[in-house]
Amino acid sequence: MPREKLVVIGNGMAGCRAVQEVLKRDPDRYDITIFGAEPRVNYDRIMLSPVLAGEKSFADIVINDEAWYRDNSIELHAGVAIDAIDRAAKVVRIGEGIEIPYDRLILATGSDPIRLPLPGADLKGVVAFRDLDDVEAMIAAAKPGAKAVVIGGGLLGIEAAYGLSRRGMDATVIHLLDVLMERQLDASAGFLLVEALAAKGVATILEAQSEEIVGQDGRVCGLKLKDGRVLPCDLLVMAVGIRPATSLAKAAGLIVNRGVVVDDALTTSDPAIYAIGECVEHRGQCYGLVAPIWEMCRTLGEALTGGAGTYEGSALSTRLKVSGVDVFSAGKHLGGEGCEDIVFRDAGRGVYKRIVLEAGKVAGAVLFGDAADGAWYFDLMKSGEAVGDFRETLVFGQAATEGLRGLDPSAAVAAMADTAEVCGCNGVCKGQITGAIASQGLNTLDAVRAVTKASASCGTCTPLVEKLLKLSLGDAFQAQTGPKPVCACTHHGHDTVRRAIVEDGLKSALAVMQALEWSTPDGCASCRPALNYYLLCAWPAEYRDDRQSRFINERAHANIQKDGTYSVVPRMWGGVTSAAELRAIADVVDKFEIPTVKVTGGQRIDLLGVKKDDLPAVWADLNAAGMVSGHAYAKGLRTVKTCVGTDWCRFGTQDSTGLGVRLEKFMWGSWTPAKVKMGVSGCPRNCAEATCKDVGVICVDSGYEIHVGGAAGLHIRGTEILTKVASEDEAVWAICAVTQLYRENAWYLERIYKWMDRVGLDWIRSQIEDPETRRALYDRFAYSQRFFRIDPWAERVAGRDSHEFNPLSRRMEFA
Amino acid sequence: MNALVRDPMIWTDVGAVTDVPVRGARRVPTPTGDVAIFRTGDGRVFALRDACPHKGGPLSQGIVHGHAVACPLHNWSIDLASGEPLGADKGKGCAPVVPLRVEDGRLLLGRG
Repeated sequence: MPREKLVVIGNGMAGCRAVQEVLKRDPDRYDITIFGAEPRVNYDRIMLSPVLAGEKSFADIVINDEAWYRDNSIELHAGVAIDAIDRAAKVVRIGEGIEIPYDRLILATGSDPIRLPLPGADLKGVVAFRDLDDVEAMIAAAKPGAKAVVIGGGLLGIEAAYGLSRRGMDATVIHLLDVLMERQLDASAGFLLVEALAAKGVATILEAQSEEIVGQDGRVCGLKLKDGRVLPCDLLVMAVGIRPATSLAKAAGLIVNRGVVVDDALTTSDPAIYAIGECVEHRGQCYGLVAPIWEMCRTLGEALTGGAGTYEGSALSTRLKVSGVDVFSAGKHLGGEGCEDIVFRDAGRGVYKRIVLEAGKVAGAVLFGDAADGAWYFDLMKSGEAVGDFRETLVFGQAATEGLRGLDPSAAVAAMADTAEVCGCNGVCKGQITGAIASQGLNTLDAVRAVTKASASCGTCTPLVEKLLKLSLGDAFQAQTGPKPVCACTHHGHDTVRRAIVEDGLKSALAVMQALEWSTPDGCASCRPALNYYLLCAWPAEYRDDRQSRFINERAHANIQKDGTYSVVPRMWGGVTSAAELRAIADVVDKFEIPTVKVTGGQRIDLLGVKKDDLPAVWADLNAAGMVSGHAYAKGLRTVKTCVGTDWCRFGTQDSTGLGVRLEKFMWGSWTPAKVKMGVSGCPRNCAEATCKDVGVICVDSGYEIHVGGAAGLHIRGTEILTKVASEDEAVWAICAVTQLYRENAWYLERIYKWMDRVGLDWIRSQIEDPETRRALYDRFAYSQRFFRIDPWAERVAGRDSHEFNPLSRRMEFA
Repeated sequence: MNALVRDPMIWTDVGAVTDVPVRGARRVPTPTGDVAIFRTGDGRVFALRDACPHKGGPLSQGIVHGHAVACPLHNWSIDLASGEPLGADKGKGCAPVVPLRVEDGRLLLGRG
């Protein structure tokens, strides 16, 4: 018996998915032919934004490559337009009288971008944002420094502007209304989005009506607004919406309203013709998102293989694909009559959440800045579960809620239904993932991605997929190879985090946590100080130190002791002091009744047992005598220990004291991955013990030996010689350069000797001995010092962070 | 409810919620030792006796993460809601919870 002929018009996400759904159920039922208007294989259209932003390549977003068509005996006509459908003859016509017969026909023609009929709309450099050709046109125009204007502040427009900005363009979004993405966001979230985009270099102009596209020599050169403003641009993107592509259906005499009208079986007014995707109007509704397409395709797959699937419409949720800007919206995001809102804001983190309840159930949600729980709210919304029991914690998300219900997050994953969708991009549900893990013995994230495609596109669901792996495999999943994670909040290692901060321009801990999908809301006591250091090292001018991510010693600028008091160590440059300084220290000890005064191993004086409330006053007195913080508490430059060198010593070869003082005066205040102690010895007798310091100098007749990687604590290690230089200037340059290399490259809390073991002394030396690299490292260190060579004690004496040193209230002190 | 029955707790206004840094803590001295008031990243507040069950470290000086604080002395992680150590140190004592209410953005600390 000959097979039935199935013809699909549309090689996009809907057309191909429908074919996949048919093949999955009955691979031998049909001879399949697919027509596509674009001259290429099937790709993931929703991932065009990352392609535009340069975060993915076309190859990354191909869903079905040529082999798929071949293996499934599908005839693909790519780049071919259909002239007509002859329903009476059951054929589709292409070109010069070529007819392709069908028994069943699927319309998956998608939608066309709306082009505003503005004067100048046909100028060169005016593009839509719909397919790969548009993206390529934009990339071609995206010269760094060139200007782009995007008309339309919806999902696509914003993603286009972000992508162009990532390509180096100066991008501006023009939006007709006063709220960006008003179909998904409310005013509060819209406002945060404008700010977040500004931080990413994308400007926004709201309530702006376009009047005319201005051109020169046939090319766009600006956009004129109704209010008379002219915005110069080299590229103009129209992203004002889509319209179902229905002309073929209309010409064939099918019933068409806004879209091709279909019933719950996705049949058009002709029972042999089906329609799916964005060209469709179902129950009066047209869709422009991917989830409804997947649902329609499932139903159609059933219907075409003898089943009786029905499609009853889709609940919608939206995520914005702009790295580091987490936005989720679903359902009745604006609330309305009979609805109530639960709102949570955290201005510090730029988080805004609004959960809309109706009759005790979740009816919608807007999440900005922290959208990790989007899928959970969406599930609650779709399942219609009564949320009265956990209303109080609802807004804090699933972890908080499940925690209070006595479940841990892995139990929450275990409790998910097998049919619950995990990967929205690829329509993969939990059961498919756990099934594949069990049946095919998968044990890595990559393997799950390869087999099921779950988390293979935008990656938002990666943590969830990992939890499923953990749940299925237990400790076997932990055995995965790869760099050691920063902490339990992430699977990324330090190097990945540091690289992402620099390359993706991440400038806050929140941005890092969002971009790298931290599994906790605000990190932990391990990752927060690490991120804080990495950020201030990468962005010395822009990043604002987060004191709440500092260990207490660095927050209080003193060392906490076992009884909760503190120790204070003023700086003594190169270990040199004076009668005036010693007298001031003695006075402070008397005045504040400081119980212990101790000489340290780093040639300074430690005042132990200072009450926290007294710290600013103690510092004020020390400051008055010219002394500053010794940073004895810091992951930063501690002491530079010296001997007396040529000043006094009969063996001294160089001015070791002078070099030590010079190094300390230039390098103090710098933050480093772990503490840095230095020493300068005036001759190889090494009285300053420089060869067990992180960085040491041994002066010799012919110059200076620069040593690195010593330790005399938990581990005892002698230094290794990094390089030898002839002059004091060169010694300072080399020491600052190697310190900067360590600052930029090491992992937080990794001492220099451990870093050296990991990256190798040869590599470090190759960097320092290359004059250009050394110079660049030195320059970056010097630049950074402009912001950090400041006495933190003086700042606090002047009143900064005064709450740190005062109790919240004394009203209960004597009650 | 009998309107004449008095709340047996005495509540003292010790400041505004916003006086406590987000992901931070402040302390309130009392005749029986300091009380630590914590404010978490999601905006909630908690009060515990300011002494770690391990070696009495001042919890108010620790790093606040999620609904927990890391003690500054030896990095024990203490659950802010229960005062109990988390993870490997679970079950080893507890920093007593102190009654705390928020009214109109003010922190009210209770004494029974």
